[in-house]
Amino acid sequence: MDLSLSDEQKQLQEAAERFVRDKYTFENRRKIAASERGWLPENWAQFAELGWLGMAFSEEDGGYGGGPIETMIVMEQFGKGLVLEPFLPTVVLGGGMIASAGSKAQKEALLAPMIEGKKQFAFAWLERQSRYNLADVSLKATKEGAGWSLSGHKGVVYNAPSADHIIVLARTAGSAREPKGLTLFIVDAKAKGISRRDYPTQDALRASELTFDKVSVGADAVLGKVDDAFPVVEGAVDRAIVALCAEATGCMDAINAATLEYIKTRKQFGVPIGKFQVLQHRMVDCFTNAQEARSMTLMASLKIDDKDPTVRAKAASGAKVQIGKSGKFCGQSAVQMHGGMGVTDELSVSHYFKRLTMIDLMFGNQQHHLTRYSNLAMAA
Amino acid sequence: MDLALKPEHKAFADEVRAFARENLSPATREKTFSGKHYDRDDHMVWQQALGKKGWLAYTWPKKYGGPGWDVTQRFLFENVLAEEGAPRILPFGPKMVGPVIYTFGTDAQKERFLPGIRSSEVSWCQGYSEPGAGSDLANLRTRAVREGDHYIVNGQKTWTSFAHWGDWIFCLVRTKPDAKPQESISFLLIDMKTPGVTVRPIIMTDGAHHVNDVFLDNVKVPVENLIGKENEGWTCAKFLLANERLGIAEVPSSKRGVSVLRQIARAEPLNGGTLADDPAFTAQIADVDLQVQALEMSELRVLSTMAQGGAPGPEVSTLKVRGSEIQQRIAELTMEAVGEYAQPYQPGMLFQDTNETPIGPDHAPPAAPRYFNMRKTSIYGGSTEIQKNIVSKMVLGL
Repeated sequence: MDLSLSDEQKQLQEAAERFVRDKYTFENRRKIAASERGWLPENWAQFAELGWLGMAFSEEDGGYGGGPIETMIVMEQFGKGLVLEPFLPTVVLGGGMIASAGSKAQKEALLAPMIEGKKQFAFAWLERQSRYNLADVSLKATKEGAGWSLSGHKGVVYNAPSADHIIVLARTAGSAREPKGLTLFIVDAKAKGISRRDYPTQDALRASELTFDKVSVGADAVLGKVDDAFPVVEGAVDRAIVALCAEATGCMDAINAATLEYIKTRKQFGVPIGKFQVLQHRMVDCFTNAQEARSMTLMASLKIDDKDPTVRAKAASGAKVQIGKSGKFCGQSAVQMHGGMGVTDELSVSHYFKRLTMIDLMFGNQQHHLTRYSNLAMAA
Repeated sequence: MDLALKPEHKAFADEVRAFARENLSPATREKTFSGKHYDRDDHMVWQQALGKKGWLAYTWPKKYGGPGWDVTQRFLFENVLAEEGAPRILPFGPKMVGPVIYTFGTDAQKERFLPGIRSSEVSWCQGYSEPGAGSDLANLRTRAVREGDHYIVNGQKTWTSFAHWGDWIFCLVRTKPDAKPQESISFLLIDMKTPGVTVRPIIMTDGAHHVNDVFLDNVKVPVENLIGKENEGWTCAKFLLANERLGIAEVPSSKRGVSVLRQIARAEPLNGGTLADDPAFTAQIADVDLQVQALEMSELRVLSTMAQGGAPGPEVSTLKVRGSEIQQRIAELTMEAVGEYAQPYQPGMLFQDTNETPIGPDHAPPAAPRYFNMRKTSIYGGSTEIQKNIVSKMVLGL
């Protein structure tokens, strides 16, 4: 057992730290968030140049042979800076699913350019009724000649406004909520029949509601096997969850650091408020929560490539529960200890709090994953 | 002891309900139930209707133009209005400065200020907190120096709710430097139109503008605007804070919040049924529901003591603490009930009457902003930490 980072991993961490320090000051981030796209192409180009877009993929797939630990390292720093570039939807989800289920042709056409920074993805799985259930999919794909026709609705599709391709989870067979009978399609974002309603999210990311009206795709648009997408999706989402957990640990470190600094400097009753024991203990609890979050994220990152899907699922859900709990505690405590300033838009603390809150709502909240973990653990 | 209502109280509740239905605009009501922000008119039109009826200053004794209601009537009034979707009565005039004026003011001051408060023709804001005086309110630095028949006031107030709507501000000012608060603070009424008063908005985490900085730069205030004696304003300040803490628990709106939350749970889809089928979630609603009941009963016990001539003691701080936690919990559960569709940010749906349609269900757009915003409840009006200090010192003697 060895929990230390390799020299290469340390260099990666330093590079990511440097990027956030240079490019993601709070004021810079505010500008990026307010820009039309909501992220900066020059930053994306830098990610490609630094090799971050390909680091987690095998050399065979055109990547640099890293894995979940590399993703964890970068995502954690992204969390510290509240980075807005669409790394999660494009690289972790889109790239991840293409790498795990794509044909050679798909990998060549999509994964290679993604690694070069020339293609972005969005993953459309959620529907109005889905509520965290990945199999609750009713958007229909029906056979049309050699290809398929897609009709239905997808919601809160992150990065859909910027994506070149949308990876759509559709029902090709089976009844509502049945895991069997789901198929993934890679659809050109500009395909005829797709209409988009774009909007910012609470935490300044960009997403869309998508309507598919008889969108025609060829047989080569199918990603993986027809009717058998569920295991691919579940695996990709579990990886995305662990990446999100890493981002959340970065958010917690940053919000804790800001709060610690604040209670050391803010004076009331003639002393820094950090002299009051009630705040000291709360700050200690924040620190402990962030430690637990980091530990569970590391454990999940180490288990996420396990051959046994149950091991993987339990690790992802376990980490997500911890992140939900710790994120809420650190976020709410930071706001409370900042007093009125914590509730303003002016300081970074409210922005970290928002991101931590939204992370809990993505791919299943604390309660959802507690139930999932519990069911898996009881079945064993 | 009896929880049941007497027939005359039932008739009273019906009268209040009929009044609310007649006088609350449907647009305002809709904002309440959907969690949107009110504009100035939502508050003012409603408050002025209450004022005309003689109900705005509903906690005041008859002697000062209040309705002279008993505890049960007040309780019913607050609950029926919340059920009907009325905006909360902005407390600064009728609940804060009004009682200070009729308790500590001169007859001339009562005559001058109370009618405008009762009718809501004049709106008030509260000049207490300062950048260096939040939890440590007594550390306030705003100076008022007597020059002839005026005070010259210099300083900065902050977190001033609705200062941008306010006609008048009641301020705590220091009239004697470097002395104990009990001997150096005065309670001063300042016309917001006086030269030297500047209001600057503070934008909150949900994008809303409710609170402000208020800068006071050589503001000339007539001496007759001093309430009570010079340097004895701390008494008024504390009297006001005790009143503030009592109403701040917001029990009626939390009751409404629980019922709206249950409606949302019944509407939110889950695995072919609704979220209401999920016992893990509905148990959390039940838990906060019971907390609301405990809080309401505790508040009633305090009110009942007051009705027998007692004053609200420091134990009302516990009501404020629990009340804020409950409001936060309801907002949190509401956001969790909405789930993924709490993620889209739609400011247009929060602040304006637009034709924009909600992304996701109607109840989604305010859910997350409200959760963020409700964090303020354990900070304002004396933070939870300060309230607990009060209880441990004043009630428990620690």
